[in-house]
Amino acid sequence: MRRRSHFRLPLVTLRFVPVWRRNFLVWRKLAVPSVLGNLADPMLYLFGLGYGLGSLLHKVGGGSYIVFLAGGMICYSTLNSATFETLYSGFSRMHVQRTWDAILNAPMALDDIVLGELAWSAAKSLLSGFAILLVIWVFHLDRSWPMSVLVIPAVLLIGLCFSAMGLVVTALSPSYDFFMYYFTLAVTPMVLLSGVFYPVTQLPPLFQHLAAILPLTHAVFLVRPLLMGQWPTQAACHVGVLVGYAAVSYYAALVLFRRRLLQ
Amino acid sequence: MRVLSAQGLRKSYGGTPVVTGVDLQIEAGECFGLLGPNGAGKTTTLRCLLGLTEPDGGEVSILGLPVPRSARRARARIGVVPQMDNLDPDFTVRENLVVYARYFGLDQRTVDARLPGLLEFAGLAHRADARIQTLSGGMKRRLTLARALVNDPDLLFLDEPTTGLDPQARHVMWEGLRRLLNQGKTIFLTTHFMDEAERLCDRLSILDQGRIIASGTPAALIECYIEPLVVEIYGEQARAWGEVNGHLCERMETAGETIFCYVHGDEAVLDRLRGAQGMRYLNRPANLEDVFLRLTGRELRD
Repeated sequence: MRRRSHFRLPLVTLRFVPVWRRNFLVWRKLAVPSVLGNLADPMLYLFGLGYGLGSLLHKVGGGSYIVFLAGGMICYSTLNSATFETLYSGFSRMHVQRTWDAILNAPMALDDIVLGELAWSAAKSLLSGFAILLVIWVFHLDRSWPMSVLVIPAVLLIGLCFSAMGLVVTALSPSYDFFMYYFTLAVTPMVLLSGVFYPVTQLPPLFQHLAAILPLTHAVFLVRPLLMGQWPTQAACHVGVLVGYAAVSYYAALVLFRRRLLQ
Repeated sequence: MRVLSAQGLRKSYGGTPVVTGVDLQIEAGECFGLLGPNGAGKTTTLRCLLGLTEPDGGEVSILGLPVPRSARRARARIGVVPQMDNLDPDFTVRENLVVYARYFGLDQRTVDARLPGLLEFAGLAHRADARIQTLSGGMKRRLTLARALVNDPDLLFLDEPTTGLDPQARHVMWEGLRRLLNQGKTIFLTTHFMDEAERLCDRLSILDQGRIIASGTPAALIECYIEPLVVEIYGEQARAWGEVNGHLCERMETAGETIFCYVHGDEAVLDRLRGAQGMRYLNRPANLEDVFLRLTGRELRD
């Protein structure tokens, strides 16, 4: 396809639904191990670090460490789920299994597939984040039940944001090995800089500035206060940053996928 | 009725021309074969026809719809059997068909009604709940064909449908394609197997270096481009024999230790061969492979 047409705006229609349902049907067959996997890793961090490290710390962010960590863990879990889904599973479907090629032979556009993948990954990450929220509710790690319900839409937005970012990486990737760059150069530093495990204010000023441009920082700023029963300060700004990352990444991913697959 | 027409199709990648002016016309109910060596531009042509790639130039119309502009509407009435197997490995046979039907926007009732017929067509009625990994290569191909039929298409594209299949599976596949032609479907086929093309296709075009270099019925191509009889002579002595007796052939080709001697009457050549000691040879009518090799050459193309 001619270069210019790769840059046309995304086509957003309900035709993405069959793609979403295809992925859902696969997930349903493996739902139990999948949900356990979603839960196990962040729970180990939450309780291991929360109680282990938390017993050495007095007050973090105005409460016990495990309450502080809970908000970070929701964001971390959502990020992880979105990233793994769009990178490894998405790449399998696109490149290894050629599922996308098969779909493109039907009356579907690449835009439908990419939107379906985005919506699916966001839904799956929502489930991951929500699973942690359930644990938090069960163990009373939140400070305000009605307010913590607002974490759910926040998690959906966070899932969309990191799913869209993951799709960019998938669109660029020649093989599975390429994902290592994204994890070591982007995901891991971001997790350590974004206030998941400790307040951003503990960082040297330079790193605080860096953290301010990372989407995960804004995700944490949104979720953590809601669990603590406070309205997030500058909520609109945090939402705006996440929406911005999501929109730009989604568009960039789509252009890259078009360039890659509609040659 | 004209089902497909392409005129002056051109496409290049990074300045390298891949398709350089392809014209195709396919009428309803016929089986059309596109032959060509590797890299001739078959896949690119196919992608342009399906609207998956925008050509640099040329007009394509399928089932009366302009492509790529109305490619999605055209694809709603097309079935595709791709060269590379892309069945969903996470699903059973039945799920593969059901999930694929959703991409065509078919409602559950239509799918349920079509499913038994499709499973029967693929010879997989007894394996409806089997996982894809447990199927043989032939079964997978038949399922891919059945999947291409979920939307009851008017036109089928088959990209090398029997590559990698054993002879039994190929024959079953051919039988399936015959049944579809008898039902009035139109088939567009690419293949490397000349016997397949000769057996199935009403009309063929040979594509080489992005251009169509010959078109016609298999019989007409053989008649038009090649002498009717061939004597193949094998073995170490073949070449030496050819140097001495080459004048008996109207045209002679050499490939390794084999000589192909093309003639209108093979008596003189056969007499000479019978007289020589220990010559191994085979005389046969010329076929499509001879035409193909004559037109596209014997050198490797990969």
